[in-house]
Amino acid sequence: MTAPLLDIRGLRLGVAINRSTHHPLLKGVSFQIMPGEAYGLVGESGSGKSVTSLAVMGLLKKPLAISGGEILFKGQNLLSLSKREMRRLRGNRIAMIFQEPMTALNPLSTVGRQIAEMFVLHQGKSWSEAEKLAVEALGNVRVPNPDRRAKNYPHQMSGGLRQRVMIAMALACNPDLLIADEPTTALDVTVQAEVLRLIKELCAARGTAVLFISHDLGVIASVCQRVGVMYSGCLVEENETRALFADPKHEYTRGLLGALPRLGSRSEHGRQRLVDIDSIIADRSKLTETRFIAPRGAEGSQP
Amino acid sequence: MLRFTLRRILQVIPTVVVVALLIFVIFSVVPGTFAASLFADGKRAADPQMIARLNEEFGLNKPLMERFVTYVTDLAQFDLGTSFRTRQPVIDLINDRMGASLQLAVAAMVFALVVGVPLGFLAALRPGSILDTVTMIGAVSGLSMPQFWLGLLMMYLFALQLNWLPSFGYGDGSFQNLILPAVTLGVTPLALLARTTRAGVLDVLNADFIRTAHSKGMSEMKVVRWHVSRNALVLIVTTVGLQFGSLIGQAVVIEKLFAWPGIGSLLVDSVAIRDIPVVQGTILVIVLWFLLINTAVDLIYAAIDPRIKQE
Ligand SMILES: Nc1ncnc2c1ncn2[C@@H]1O[C@H](COP(=O)(O)OP(=O)(O)OP(=O)(O)O)[C@@H](O)[C@H]1O
Ligand SMILES: [Mg+2]
Repeated sequence: MTAPLLDIRGLRLGVAINRSTHHPLLKGVSFQIMPGEAYGLVGESGSGKSVTSLAVMGLLKKPLAISGGEILFKGQNLLSLSKREMRRLRGNRIAMIFQEPMTALNPLSTVGRQIAEMFVLHQGKSWSEAEKLAVEALGNVRVPNPDRRAKNYPHQMSGGLRQRVMIAMALACNPDLLIADEPTTALDVTVQAEVLRLIKELCAARGTAVLFISHDLGVIASVCQRVGVMYSGCLVEENETRALFADPKHEYTRGLLGALPRLGSRSEHGRQRLVDIDSIIADRSKLTETRFIAPRGAEGSQP
Repeated sequence: MLRFTLRRILQVIPTVVVVALLIFVIFSVVPGTFAASLFADGKRAADPQMIARLNEEFGLNKPLMERFVTYVTDLAQFDLGTSFRTRQPVIDLINDRMGASLQLAVAAMVFALVVGVPLGFLAALRPGSILDTVTMIGAVSGLSMPQFWLGLLMMYLFALQLNWLPSFGYGDGSFQNLILPAVTLGVTPLALLARTTRAGVLDVLNADFIRTAHSKGMSEMKVVRWHVSRNALVLIVTTVGLQFGSLIGQAVVIEKLFAWPGIGSLLVDSVAIRDIPVVQGTILVIVLWFLLINTAVDLIYAAIDPRIKQE
């Protein structure tokens, strides 16, 4: 079996309240992502998906601090790297797309220039070379008229286009791992589908592994081969996507799946109400933190 | 960009007209007249005949409406009238003083910029550091200190005690004479600039696109140079513009204190003797200056921020 690309082992992280007290947010999260694999992370708001991804990027800010565990990337513990070594990986080998395409780009700088920065930073290109490569990168994410669009400022673009710019930027240096934190949540449904397809196809073509974060199981199902379910700072269940849908083990996952609206499913009155998760899970306080992790390869399918 | 520039400049005109009218109305209702203040010696009432003669000479006995029409037609031809006291055209008096005023305002602003902006920047990059704390305490003190008192303090210290600099006067425009009044006048804009720069930079540092910049693997230096500085500039330019615009007005006290021959001291002297044409003209020039700077700020904005031209 090949070695995992990203191997998170017992990651603990919390808010430092003062020197002695520490409020835990991640209580020992472990999962692995294989090279080229698309791994989904679902869970309700506040379950710790974003902080997990920021920990991998080394972008946690002040009150948040890692208190234990390891993040191995190609076998190397990211937590023991110096700032400078981490900078060389960030953007170059591990790249990230954020949720808000409206605010994630600098409003005073052209998108071409913002993409070009990647080539200047990581490939030592001159600005003029880098701007040419940026136009190419825009073309790769199927932005029409890339050479004209490169001269646009973010406010001259729609949300979907800006997210494409973010994707072009993230994939500029052909990273090994792309972290996408709810990349389509802020977009409308048709654009959402296009952007998802783009991420899926580009990453499959380049063999880029993806850590895809969402609270939308439908989105996860369309992109990822494997899913981890987070609940309250723990990874409570993990399985192949299809197996998870067919046979959810954890009560919370069952609730999550039960809350999905299904097209064409009708009750005897001809219409079915949307169910909310709390009417499925009778008592949250009884939710176990037992883990249901299917052993890798148990289902017989390789990613 | 050209159309934007033209439009912004044309927008100044109605403001100037309204201000000119306001100035006229205000000074036709203030109590006291030039003639009365000229002859009053504080013991006896002035000779009514003399007053009547002077009023006649300056056209002050004409009805208000008629005076107003003269004022407006003169103004339309860039004629600000004639000083009651010196009988020179007001525009010449102002011209004589404008150079010194500009010199003082520019020097004060340069001082404020060169010291205030870097301090605010460094404070924002290291919030809570000693530099940050000292800068912010300094800024609050600078803002709350009355300028004339600070001026007196500086005069006492650097002119009287240390004898490094001349205590007052224009000194034919020598740099040494400029230092004390410029620094005194520059303290308020400096303090404001340090504060707004710090707040602006902190604001930008919390923006989402700064997180994006970090996620690209940029060093902090590059994040600041490529993404923070230009965005923080917008707020800095506003502050500079507002301060620079009001600086000539603020300079009234400082010019008087340091016997600096600028527009401010001309204004104070003319108000005291009710030399109304000079007062009106000076205020109009100060207002024009303010509008001019504001327009310049808007144009600079448009050059920095691509979103503004679109409207
Ligand atoms: N800077 C911070 N200081 C204190 N608490 C924080 C901070 N950032 C995140 N948290 C807390 O950490 C927990 C996990 O946050 P996180 O952003 O990872 O959630 P999430 O799963 O990404 O949710 P969402 O779906 O809303 O994005 C939340 O309870 C949040 O309140
Ligand atoms: Mg999140």
